[in-house]
Amino acid sequence: MAASYGRIIKDGLWENNGVLCMLLGMCPTMAMTGTATNGLGMGLATAVVMAASNLMVATFRNYVTHEVRIPVYILIVAANVTFVDLVMNAWMHELYKVLGLFIPLIVSNCLPLARLEAFAAKEPVLPSFVDGLFMGLGFTLALTAIGAVREVIGQGTLFADAALLLGPSFLFLESRVMAADMGILVLILPPGGFLVAGLMVVAKRMVDLASGKEIKMAGAHSV
Amino acid sequence: MSPIRPTWVHATILGTFCAGFGVALALTDDVTKNPIKERALEDKMASLGQVIPTSIHDNNPVLDAITLTGAEGKPTTVYRAMKGGAVTGVAYEVDASGGYGGPIKLMLGVDPQGKLLGVSVIAHKETPGLGDKISPAKSDWLSRFTGLAIGNPPVEKWKVKKDGGQFDQFSGATITPRAVVGGIRHGLEFFAENKPAMMEKK
Repeated sequence: MAASYGRIIKDGLWENNGVLCMLLGMCPTMAMTGTATNGLGMGLATAVVMAASNLMVATFRNYVTHEVRIPVYILIVAANVTFVDLVMNAWMHELYKVLGLFIPLIVSNCLPLARLEAFAAKEPVLPSFVDGLFMGLGFTLALTAIGAVREVIGQGTLFADAALLLGPSFLFLESRVMAADMGILVLILPPGGFLVAGLMVVAKRMVDLASGKEIKMAGAHSV
Repeated sequence: MSPIRPTWVHATILGTFCAGFGVALALTDDVTKNPIKERALEDKMASLGQVIPTSIHDNNPVLDAITLTGAEGKPTTVYRAMKGGAVTGVAYEVDASGGYGGPIKLMLGVDPQGKLLGVSVIAHKETPGLGDKISPAKSDWLSRFTGLAIGNPPVEKWKVKKDGGQFDQFSGATITPRAVVGGIRHGLEFFAENKPAMMEKK
């Protein structure tokens, strides 16, 4: 299969988006989208793990037998998550305090595993790395968008605490869209996650329909 | 499809990967162990700094900690601020039970006379937008406790107004402030019971 990087990037960010098309990784999607900042942080951490895991699996793809590939993949994802967890705790501690609780959730995310099986296990190292990175960035995009909607409607702010996550130079991102206490509480509570994620899936399909594309059904195995 | 291989081939492959990543994880753990310990210490000191003013001590309260057993038999770590060898304040965690989303973890700072130096919330699961006004980032509700003690107000007034006490609940939420006020009262009683042990010089 000839892998074109443009195709991989487009697939990851939009066409075959992990959340909005494949509906994978719903656990962190629900848990970490109370604010846009949380969604962004969770997405970026996942992207790092996915890029590293895809890279490793593609590197070892000719040495892992079909029968034991799943335990090896899980081992690789879990090891990468632990690396990220330890390194962030030690040297990016402010970020860790925000995301730390949720980093272990990446192990339970089906999206990295799906990409390992569907892409990295068959393709060369570099395309696999790019696929992992952009699938992760697509995941980030979806989580940030869902987080932004929930945050604006739920508590009237956008990118609250972004400076905590990205450093003081990003203070300009933090904004208040509506007065405090104007928010619709349910959106930052768990049901809001389901509501907004569902509406986002609909929105993506409407955009695709409007541009005359065929609606692709969720397909973790389409490359 | 791949040819059928004997089991030992798969076992060896899986075993090799496990061993390899095991070593890599052990190395990472080794490299990050000390920085992580330092960060944890800094965090502890930062959270203590919110309830004990740095001006009243010249020691590191995290290192001068003692463990006491409370009335319920639960061990509590008491961090002691000292100046010139004398205890000038103590800080300890209190679980305020009865929160809407489970116990609320508070850190109390108390001076030798039993007066509150400060209160901070370490962890809570209260409803966003309602109960989370206890967190200093959302409102200054918690700061009203600084300087108070059992006796000021009297112990029967250590309740929210709705229960006949003197502390404001916030609009729409009574359960959370009730739990916090009760937790602080319990914390101060714990101080009164254990004062001699806490003030003991090293």
